Amino acid sequence: MKGEILIKNAKLVDGRGEHGQADVLIGEGRILSLSGGEASTVLDATGKVLSPGFFDPHAHLREPGQEVKEDLQSGLAAAVRGGYTDVVSMPNTTPVVDSAEIVRALKEKAARLGRARLHPAAALTQGQEGKVLSEARLLREAGAVMLTDDGRTNEDAGVLAQGLQYAASWGLLVSVHAEDAGLRRGGVMNEGAVSFRLGLPGNTGYAEAARIARDLEILRYVMEGPGARGLQPGRSLLHIQHLSTRRGLELLRQAKQAGLPVSTEVGPHHLTLTDEHLESLNPIYKVAPPLRTQADVEALMEGLLDGSIDCIGTDHAPHTQDEKELDMLRAPFGIPNIEVCWPLLYTELVGKRGFPLPTLIERFTDGPRRLLGFSPVHLIEGGEASLVLWSPGEERPVEPHTFASKAKYSPWAGWVLRGWPSVTLVEGCIVYLQQENR
Amino acid sequence: MSQSATPAFPKHLLDFRDWNRTQVESLLETAQMMQEVLSRPVKKVPALTGFTVATVFFEPSTRTRLSFELAARRISADVVSFASATSSTTKGETYKDTLRTLDQMGIDAYILRVDAAGVCHQAYAWLQKPIINAGDGWRAHPTQALLDAFTLREKLGSLEGKKVAIVGDILHSRVARSNAELLPMLGASVVACGPATLLPGSLPGASLTTDLRAALAEADAVMVLRLQKERMDKGLLPSLPEYVAGYQITEERLQWAAPRAPLLHPGPMNRDVELEGTLADSPRSLVERQVANGQAVRMAVLYHLLVGKKG
Ligand SMILES: [Zn+2]
Repeated sequence: MKGEILIKNAKLVDGRGEHGQADVLIGEGRILSLSGGEASTVLDATGKVLSPGFFDPHAHLREPGQEVKEDLQSGLAAAVRGGYTDVVSMPNTTPVVDSAEIVRALKEKAARLGRARLHPAAALTQGQEGKVLSEARLLREAGAVMLTDDGRTNEDAGVLAQGLQYAASWGLLVSVHAEDAGLRRGGVMNEGAVSFRLGLPGNTGYAEAARIARDLEILRYVMEGPGARGLQPGRSLLHIQHLSTRRGLELLRQAKQAGLPVSTEVGPHHLTLTDEHLESLNPIYKVAPPLRTQADVEALMEGLLDGSIDCIGTDHAPHTQDEKELDMLRAPFGIPNIEVCWPLLYTELVGKRGFPLPTLIERFTDGPRRLLGFSPVHLIEGGEASLVLWSPGEERPVEPHTFASKAKYSPWAGWVLRGWPSVTLVEGCIVYLQQENR
Repeated sequence: MSQSATPAFPKHLLDFRDWNRTQVESLLETAQMMQEVLSRPVKKVPALTGFTVATVFFEPSTRTRLSFELAARRISADVVSFASATSSTTKGETYKDTLRTLDQMGIDAYILRVDAAGVCHQAYAWLQKPIINAGDGWRAHPTQALLDAFTLREKLGSLEGKKVAIVGDILHSRVARSNAELLPMLGASVVACGPATLLPGSLPGASLTTDLRAALAEADAVMVLRLQKERMDKGLLPSLPEYVAGYQITEERLQWAAPRAPLLHPGPMNRDVELEGTLADSPRSLVERQVANGQAVRMAVLYHLLVGKKG
C-alpha cells in the first residue's frame, strides 16, 4: 500500500485503550493501514505514542480586536504545539463574536493558516449583554459550534432559559461561566484561609455552586418542566465551563445521575495548582474561577476519572506581560496554557498519580468531541488522520520564552514535564513538527 | 549603636514572614535609642548620611508619609517623595514603570504605600532594594505593628503572656493582620473582634469572636480600628448607629478589660464612632504616644535596613 506519511514503531493509545505498536500509514487524510506500507515521508516514532489529536472546547484566541494578547496565527500555532488539532475559540473579543459574518471570517482565516482547525463559539446574547438572544441558526450555519457569554456570567435566569430552548432547537450547546456575581463580589482569589491571611478580596467556591444549582434548575425547567418544548437533544444541552469546586461537582454528578443533559470541563490549572500558590502574591496565578484548595483538586481529579467531568478545556487565556505585572487587584484574570496542557497533565496525573492513560486521552479527545456532536477520532484503519505523536520519555522544563503563544509567561515555568508533543497532523497534513522550533 | 551583636536582617520589611523574634527585639532596642535621639535638643544623628530614601505613596496618607520622612531626615538621609492621589495605573502608567523610573535616580530604599496586597513584594522582586511596606491594601502595615508593640512594651513592660484585643473591621485591616503576626511573636495573645461581616474566616495569630465582652475580658490592652464609612455601602453593615450600639468602645465597656488597660488606635480616628470621644483624650489613651513612637520605630527600621544589615 502506498501513502503519504508512514509513522513507524508508534505505540497506539486512544480513548478506547492501548492498542500496541504499529506502523501507521497515512494518506488522503485518513489512516490507510496499521501494518505499514510505502510512503514519501517516513517518521520514526520509536519510544513515542500516537494518539488522536486533542480537542480544546475552550480557548481565548483574542481575535478580533485583542491581537496584542494573541491572534489566530499565534494561538493556533500554540495549539498544534500542544498537540491540539481542534480549538473552540471564545467569543468575548472586540467586537464580540455574535454575527455570522465574524464567525465566517474567523473560520476562513484559520483555514488559510493551516494549523489547528478552528470552531468558533458565538455569543449566547447579542454583544454578550445578557439581554437579546443572538441568531443561533445563522451562527450555526456559519460554523459556530456553541453559544456562550463566557467572560461574563448570565445573570438573567429567564434569558438563559430562553437561550437553552432556542439554541437547542438548532443543535447548539450552551456553555456558561457559572459564578454568582453577588457572592463573588470583587473577589480576586479563592475565599479561604489564604485569602484571609493575605488580605485579598475572596471569591467563594460557593459562588460557583450556587450558580450551578440555579442553572441546573433552569435546565430541568427546559427539559422536564412547563418550559419543555419537545427538545430531545440526545447530548449535552448545558455545559458548565471550567469547573473548580468539589461542591459544584457534587451538584453536577447528581444532575447527571438524574438524566439531565449537562456536561462540564476542567482546566489544567485547577488540577495542578491551589490557592496556596497565591502566597507568592504573583498575579500570574490570578484566574477566574480562582485556584481553589487541595480538597477541590482531589475532587476534580475523581470527577475526571469517573466521567462526571466530561473533558479537559484549557481556558487558555493569554494577556500581555505588562497587564500580568499589574497588582493583584488590577491584573486581568487568565493563564496561558494550551502549549503545556498535555505534558502537564500527563506528568502530574498519569506519571505521578497513576491516572489511567486512555482515560486521560479520552478527556482530551472523544470527550470534547462528543459534547459538540463531532464523531470521535480513533486509531483504526479508515479513521481520520488528525493525530498527535508525543514523547512520554522526553523530559524538559517549561520554558515560556519558547512559547508560540504571545503570552510568554507561565505558572508552570521551570516545571519539568514529560509527554511533549513532537508531531501534530490534521487530516493527514503535518501542522507541527517539533524540530522546526528547537 | 554597636553592630557586632546585630543579627543579619532581611533586606526588606514587607511583613514579618522573614523576621524572627531576635531580629524584631533588636530593632525595638534600636528604636529605644532613636527615642533618646528625639529627646535631645538637636534631634538629628548622621547615621544615614549619603543615603537617599524615597517615599512612594500611591495611596494617600499624609500622616504616615510625614512620619517616615521626618524619621529619615532625623538620621540624615536625603528624602525624595512621590505621591499620587489616584493610582498611577489609572493614568496608564504601571507601578513598575514608576518604580523603575525612580530607580534610575540613585535611591537606596523605598517606602511604599499602595492599595493592593502584594505590590511591595513585586517591587522588591523588580528593584532588589530595601523596601519598607507602609501599607499594602488589607494585607500588612508592619511599621504600625512595630510602633504598637513598642508602645505596648513601654506601657506594659514585656508582652509575654499579655492579651491584646483588636476591635473593629478586622477583615479589611492591614493593622490587624500585622499585629496578629507580630504580637504573638513577642509572646502576646491576640483576640480580634468585630461584627461577623467584618471578620475574616480565620486569622493566623489571633482568635476571632463577634462577642465584644468576651474579647475585652481580662484584656491587657485594647486596640481600636478605624471604621471605614463605605462598609455600609457594600452591605457589610446596616448603619453607623447599629455599629456603635454593638462595637463602640465606651468608658463602660472598657471596664470589661483588665484595670487600667491602655487604649490604642492607629488613626485617623472617627470620634464617637469606633471610640467614645472622651476616651480618646483620657489617660487610658496611648494614641499620642503611638504617633511619637512611630518616628523612633521608623528611624530604627531605616537604620537597620540600610546600615545595620552589614552586621
Ligand atoms: Zn469563564
